[in-house]
Formats: sequence, C-alpha cells, structure tokens
Amino acid sequence: MQTYDLEADGLRGLNAALQSQSQTTNETAWEVINPRGSHAIAVGLDAPIEVTVKGSTGYYCGGMNAQATVNVHGSVGPGVAENMMSGTVVVEGDASQYAGATGHGGLLVIKGNASSRCGISMKGIDIVVQGNIGHMSAFMAQAGNLVVCGDAGDALGDSIYEARLFVRGSVKSLGADCTEKEMRPEHIAILADLLERAGVDAKPEEFRRYGSARTLYNFDIDNAY
Amino acid sequence: MAKDDHAPSTLPKYSSTFTPEVNAEIRRAAATGIYDIRGGGAKRRVPHFDDLVFLGASMSRYPLEGYRERCDTNVVLGTRFAKKPIELKIPVTIAGMSFGALSAQAKEALGRGASLAGTSTTTGDGGMTPEERGQSKTLVYQYLPSRYGMNPVDLRKADAIEIVVGQGAKPGGGGMLLGQKISDRVAEMRTLPKGIDQRSACRHPDWTGPDDLEIKILELREITGWEKPIYVKVGAARPYFDTTLAVKAGADVVVIDGMQGGTAATQDVFIEHVGIPTLACIREAVQALQDLGMHREVQLIVSGGIRSGADVAKALALGADAVSIGTAAMIALGDNDPKWEAEYQKLGTTAGAYDDWHEGQDPAGISTQDPELSKRLDPVEAGRRLNNYLKVMTLEAQTLARACGKNHVNHLEPEDLSALTMEAAAMARVPLAGTKWYPGMPGTSF
Repeated sequence: MQTYDLEADGLRGLNAALQSQSQTTNETAWEVINPRGSHAIAVGLDAPIEVTVKGSTGYYCGGMNAQATVNVHGSVGPGVAENMMSGTVVVEGDASQYAGATGHGGLLVIKGNASSRCGISMKGIDIVVQGNIGHMSAFMAQAGNLVVCGDAGDALGDSIYEARLFVRGSVKSLGADCTEKEMRPEHIAILADLLERAGVDAKPEEFRRYGSARTLYNFDIDNAY
Repeated sequence: MAKDDHAPSTLPKYSSTFTPEVNAEIRRAAATGIYDIRGGGAKRRVPHFDDLVFLGASMSRYPLEGYRERCDTNVVLGTRFAKKPIELKIPVTIAGMSFGALSAQAKEALGRGASLAGTSTTTGDGGMTPEERGQSKTLVYQYLPSRYGMNPVDLRKADAIEIVVGQGAKPGGGGMLLGQKISDRVAEMRTLPKGIDQRSACRHPDWTGPDDLEIKILELREITGWEKPIYVKVGAARPYFDTTLAVKAGADVVVIDGMQGGTAATQDVFIEHVGIPTLACIREAVQALQDLGMHREVQLIVSGGIRSGADVAKALALGADAVSIGTAAMIALGDNDPKWEAEYQKLGTTAGAYDDWHEGQDPAGISTQDPELSKRLDPVEAGRRLNNYLKVMTLEAQTLARACGKNHVNHLEPEDLSALTMEAAAMARVPLAGTKWYPGMPGTSF
C-alpha cells in the first residue's frame, strides 16, 4: 500500500505518480490522505490500480478515469468521474452536481445521494445511485444506464437519446421526450447485474424504466417552444 | 380615356426596409413555418478590416526593403503555463471545423495544408480522426460542450487544447448536425444513432462560469501533465469581460471569434443578429490583457472574416498575436468554386452564395458525408492549395509590415493604422484618416 499525503505533497505529485503506473505495476494499492476537498484528485488514470481517498474531495475526482478503481471515503464535489472511460469509482457519501457527466464507460457508484444533472450527457457509463438524484439528471443522456434506488427530481431525462434510466422511487417529473418504458426481461437482467456489481441489495422488479420517446430525433418545428 | 404610354410616371419603387430579399424570406417563412438554417458567418455588411489602411513609412518612418530584408512571422502560443508551448511559422491558424460537418477528405486536406505552411489546425465537434492527427503536425483539440468523441487518449495526442465557450456565428448557441450528414462513422464517433439530427449543447455539462472553468482547466492540465497550452475560445460579445475572465480562469491563449466567423449550421437569425464584428472586439480584448498586465504573456487569437494578408496584418497591428481562418480555408480547398456552378444552380443557389452546408450536398465535396461527393476532393491537391493560400497571406502581411518598417509582423501596432470610417475609427481606436482623432478617444468629449 502506497500512502500519499495530499496536503503535504501536493496534487501534481499525486496525479503524476498515479498516471505513471503501468499495466503491470506492482504498486496497485494507493491511499490518499488529507484530501481536504481538493479538486482533480486521481484524474486521468489509465492502469489497473486501486486508489482510496480518505476523506471528501472537490471537483472532478476520478475525472476521465480508465481502468482504475477509485474509492472515496467521503463525499465528492461536482463532476465526479466526469468523462470516465472504464474502471470504477465508488463514493461512500454524497455527490454534488454533474456526477458521471459525459462518461463513456465504467461504473460509478454513489452510496448517498447525487445532486442535479447526474449523468448529464452520459455516453455509455453505468451509474448507480443508492439514494436520490436531483433535477435535470440524465439531460441529453446518450448511452449507458442510470440506476436510482431512491427518487428522481424534476425533468428526468430531458432530451434523452438512448440511455436507460431505472428508478425505484418516485420521479417528480419527466423531461422533454422522456417516457416510461416497458421493463422487459433483458432490462431486468441488465439491472440485476448493475445492482450486484454496485453491491446494492434491491430487487430489479421494484424499478421502473424510462427512456427516449424518440420524438425529437429529427428536427420538427412543432417541437420548438 | 386612352392610356398614354409616354406620359410621365413613377418608377416601381422598392422599399429599403422591405427589400426583395426580405420579402422573399417572409414568403419562405410563411410557406414553411420554420426558420432558415444555414452555414457560414454574418453576411451583412459590418465595419471590417477593409475600413482600415496602413499609413506606411514616410519622412518619419523607415521602411524595410520588400523581398530581401528580414521580416519574421513566427509566433509562440501557450507561454503562460504550458510546459510545451507551440511555435508556428506563421500567425495564421486553421479554426476548428468538425469531422461530420466536413468530410474526412476535407479534414485531411486542412491538416496537410496547415502542416506544409507550418501552422496548426483544429479538430471540432465530434472528436479527433486519425487522418487529421496523422496529417497535422500541430493539432489543437477542441473541448466542446457536447464532448462528442472526447477521450483522454486523444487529449494527450493533441498539441494544444481549446475549450470552446462560444463561436462568433452564435454566441450563446449550440450546434446542430442534421441527420443527412450522420454517417455510420460520424454516429459512432458521437455515440448517437445514425441519421438523427444531432444537437451540440450550448453550455458545458460540468462547469458553470469562470470560477468553475478555472477548476476545469486545472483538471485538464493535471490529466495532460501541464504540457499542453490551453486556449479558451469565445464568441465576440463582451470581449473585455470575456477576456478578463478567461485569463482569470487560467487560459494560456484567448481566442475571440467575431460575428463573421462561420458555423456549419445555425439559424440565420442567430448568425446575423447575435454577436459583434471582429473589428470591434480586438482592442477591447487587448485592453483587458493590458489591464491585467498579460498582453503577449497570454496570447490573443482573432478570427471571423479573415481573408487576406492585409486582414492578418491589421489584426496583428491592433494587438492580436495570431489569427484563425475557417471560411477562407474552405474556399481555398475548393468550397463555392464556380466550376461547380451547374450543380449549385440545381441546389437553388450559385457559386459564392452556397451556404446550405448542413444539408450535406456540397458539390465541392467539403461540407458533406456523401461518399461520392467527398471523393471529389483530393486531399493532397486541396492541401496544396491551402498551403499556397497561407503562403500568400503571409507574404502579404510581411509586405505591409515591411512598408511600416517592421522586421516582425507582430511589431505592427495601432499607430501604423488609419481608419476610413467613423465606425472603424471607434472600434479600432485609430484616428480617422486625415485627423488625429477617433470617437471615444480619451480626453475628447465626443
């Protein structure tokens, strides 16, 4: 286990050390202490390593992650795991805005709640939120799965493309062109896998599925406000 | 009473307000119920570089000999924070234009031409193609609100990163790429279904405002090891404040795109009625840099309607470090070439006026994804034409700089210029020709 004191040794040194790890590195376990809400912790990683941040972080923790597992023993600021390509980011606490924004792949697990715009413009990432999510989540979501074990706020899935949204609790309102869809067996299977991988004890059958009605896919003046 | 054909009468009188062009648009709108979408930048007449002239050397100035005496043109961009600033041989760069909006051949040609000329080219919405990276010695990777195709591997392959906040054609607006241009490859790069109309968001998904942008820039620098120059591009609207805030957020380079700057597809009303002319934003941006003590430390690139070495020289004289061209580069490749006139006619337009770039039927094979049309553009030949054009622009800028006694084009200064109109004098803050005065001049009451 490598321990890095962020307060003492600085952000550049941390990211440089983590980014320099190769595919065959033996230094696979890292612990970051004293994060104190710093921004851009463990960004741009591209190796099969596991980083545990002991405390809360600021913006963009785990941004553009590939391959690595990043565990945050605290809460995260805006844009956690933004544009993630692969790997896993697990947040023990809550997440601020834009969690998983534009992510292309990998799994983001938020054990608390996520704020507004969770999964905005997601492009293939899987996001599992054990609590609630805020308004305008999955806005323009293109691909991937967003699982919400609690409730969703206003305008869920506004202008959504092909992402799948699974919500167990209530949805305050659906955004433009987002609609409830049939939960078929293949969706139950996808959801069961995601819940298992996220370590969530919930039944897939308790969720409802939402996605695009595909009425806005081609420009139509009658759809303009 | 019989009509006297020879009797004096009034001629048919067109309204200056309701011109034939306006009336035609009213009829089109009434018939279709949809606003006009087109490519390109503002077509209306606005104060521009043509309204400025160089004073040249005379009794009080010493010129340099035309072809022999040295007049350098190189420019270094990204000296503020980046470990690896980029050095260009000429101060004319190629603006961001997406694969999707343009064919792969056109993107390759832009890379070839820019590399031959010793300058940079820029990706665009939709990500980086191998053809473009392969043919571009210096490639700027745009970081756009849509994040289509964005990934850390390409980010690290780039020579610089341009965070696009806005475009001159549509400050405050997003983009659109209509379904007919969404080929399998374009769809895959953007992670969207083939054939649908794709919207590019008007604001970034994970930051809001300059305080957030400062953190976003930190993240991008951390991901790329603080190597790459980071540009911030804005559409010309509030250039003083936008420049100030971009510098505050940590930009190495500020790019300001005037309303003549082109787009692949936007509403005509947006293009013509939002944003300010290129000429109006340079001095404001330079003033912001000077007030911050950052002029020349943070470089300024200006774009929007740059057509010639004269435009380049005038932009530099007003304080820019470099300029960027988009529409002019497309024309150099072959866009709107009269040799395709018969096909332009079939599309209901004419060479020189064709701007339905969003429809993907470009006879020149540039703003299209149609494989047959795209094949018309030979990227090697088109790249050669672009290189020639860039060389001519550079020679012209050097000619003007030498005439003003400057041994580097970046030594040109406002004092070398005079304005032909009141508007240009006010915007460029150089005296109206034959006077020592311009509107708004400090110490005057006008």
